[in-house]
Amino acid sequence: MSNIGVMGDPDERGHFGDFGGRFVPEALMPACLELEEAFRDAWADPSFINEYRTTLSQFVGRPTPVTPLPRLSEKLGLRLYAKREDLAHTGSHKINNVVGQTLLTRRMGKTRIIAETGAGQHGVATATGAARLGLACTVFMGEVDTVRQELNVFRMELLGARVVPVTSGSRTLKDAVNEAMREWVTCVADTHYCIGSVMGPHPFPWMVREFQSIIGIEAAAQLEELGAGTPDLVVACVGGGSNAAGIFAGFANSDARLIGVEAAGGAAVASGSPGVLHGMRSLLLQDEFGQIEEAHSMSAGLDYPGIGPEHAYLADSGRAEYFAVGDEEVLDAFSLLSESEGIIPALETAHALAWITREVGALIPRGATVLLNLSGRGDKDVAQVRQLLKGES
Amino acid sequence: MKSLEVTLRAVRENGRKALVPYFVAGATPDWVRHVEAAALGGADAIEIGIPFSDPMMDGVVIQEAGLRALQAGTTFESIGRQLTSIDTEVPLIAMTYYNIFLHYGLARSAGRLHEFGLSGAIVPDLSLEESDEWRTSCGEHDIATIFLVAPSTPAERIKEVARRSEGFLYASARMAVTGASSDQGDGARVVANVREASDLPVYVGIGITTPEQAATTAAVSDGVIVGSALVKVILNGASVHDVENFVRSFRDAIDTTFEV
Repeated sequence: MSNIGVMGDPDERGHFGDFGGRFVPEALMPACLELEEAFRDAWADPSFINEYRTTLSQFVGRPTPVTPLPRLSEKLGLRLYAKREDLAHTGSHKINNVVGQTLLTRRMGKTRIIAETGAGQHGVATATGAARLGLACTVFMGEVDTVRQELNVFRMELLGARVVPVTSGSRTLKDAVNEAMREWVTCVADTHYCIGSVMGPHPFPWMVREFQSIIGIEAAAQLEELGAGTPDLVVACVGGGSNAAGIFAGFANSDARLIGVEAAGGAAVASGSPGVLHGMRSLLLQDEFGQIEEAHSMSAGLDYPGIGPEHAYLADSGRAEYFAVGDEEVLDAFSLLSESEGIIPALETAHALAWITREVGALIPRGATVLLNLSGRGDKDVAQVRQLLKGES
Repeated sequence: MKSLEVTLRAVRENGRKALVPYFVAGATPDWVRHVEAAALGGADAIEIGIPFSDPMMDGVVIQEAGLRALQAGTTFESIGRQLTSIDTEVPLIAMTYYNIFLHYGLARSAGRLHEFGLSGAIVPDLSLEESDEWRTSCGEHDIATIFLVAPSTPAERIKEVARRSEGFLYASARMAVTGASSDQGDGARVVANVREASDLPVYVGIGITTPEQAATTAAVSDGVIVGSALVKVILNGASVHDVENFVRSFRDAIDTTFEV
């Protein structure tokens, strides 16, 4: 069973409205074309889909549940549900995409995989997927992030990956992407670049969304089973936007309002303008001369100055709405979910909850049914939050 | 035919191999004097790099030069202002990433390039498929749009790219970003593939580090592009005179191999 078409395909050159496309050096064009062909072929092949689904169930632990959040619901005056991507293997939704891309890597006859990572979630997921299939793996990580997320560096190394600290530019996620692209040029014949979000040149934004659409497809069915019906709102955090794209895909054709929540310091929809970076035309934080600005967020996973092109399109068309929240609200939401429901969320995820708590009675009518995409678990952030909370008191 | 292509075809018809040095505008305060020195040293065209925050196709040397230029406040407009003082007849070609022009406005950018005295533009992250609007804008201001081909580019695609490239075709000698290299790379093969598809002049760049490499590469192409090797000596504090000598060393090596 193919999932193509759930949220609408881009045109043949990868455009979602005015956004997307393929802006890469000529050396990488053949690889992008090859990948597009391989993905189209695989995604129409029942044996590939079957292997992808089987791996998700046997290795990742899917389906992840939808959990009603009764105490928080009562506090907020909502009917609140969480899609538990934090329970997926490696602790976040990132693994769904990695399973798809690693299987595709093997299918293309490539033996090595490279990836960028910010917080380390995608790096850990990629190292995990590579280990499972016996692929060599190199992960590029901004030097700043290797310090912020030191344990994830060690995790990747335990999984057999090589981690390359990136010392160019701002030494964070956007520079890790630059460095991975530079590396890919040199080794494209035997190496696949496993981009971790719905960004980059066509077919990545589309392909990654398809590999993540399992989140929304499962959640829609699970809410039905729980008798919750179609939610009034579906809320997800957005850096590049893969967990949001994945959950939106299950509700794009429903009446649910789709809400993406960005970090205030990296809000490409609220503060960005159209531009080209990392192979795509999208909304970007940039100065008056078109130089890309650095995002600033306490959450490394949202520290990206752009957004996936399909989100730019969904914002433009009005089908999805995007809002920003600040670090303080996020910390409150982080504690709130931990204390009320016994779930410590990733700081990224806490952004989505922060918006919900802020907007109850305002943008969210009381009594509304709200589905939160609980994109990742907070284990990786506990040390950082401890520092931040100490700093506050 | 764009002016740049008329000039560069004439270089070839005169039996001369083209030498195209690359500079990062604004990397040093006297960069315009460096450009003039390169012309005196025997350049046939000169690439003017406009710095971008995220130079995906560039290695560490050009990254560093771009960073210095940006930190010094270099912008598209400031480069234009500084170029008004330049004293050379050698054609100047802009090289930068697409977002710089897109953000400034494509038609406006092409117009400004012309006003600044530039006659061509290389935009390495602008694929042929996305280039219609840019090519149209450049067409209105006599700016030649120069495209790249790489060792990975299949024959059919080379034909497509060559058909739309103007001035010359930039053949990447290797699967790599800009930066020094000790071997000859795949330049000869890429050029041979282009020859089957097009009579456009073909210049080879990426990793041309020494005068000897340049001479060997010129033997199988219409010209060579020298970027990181030159930028590196500039970052190390080269004087105007040093730059002229550096370029002349490449000129001499090429010309000694090909008596004009």
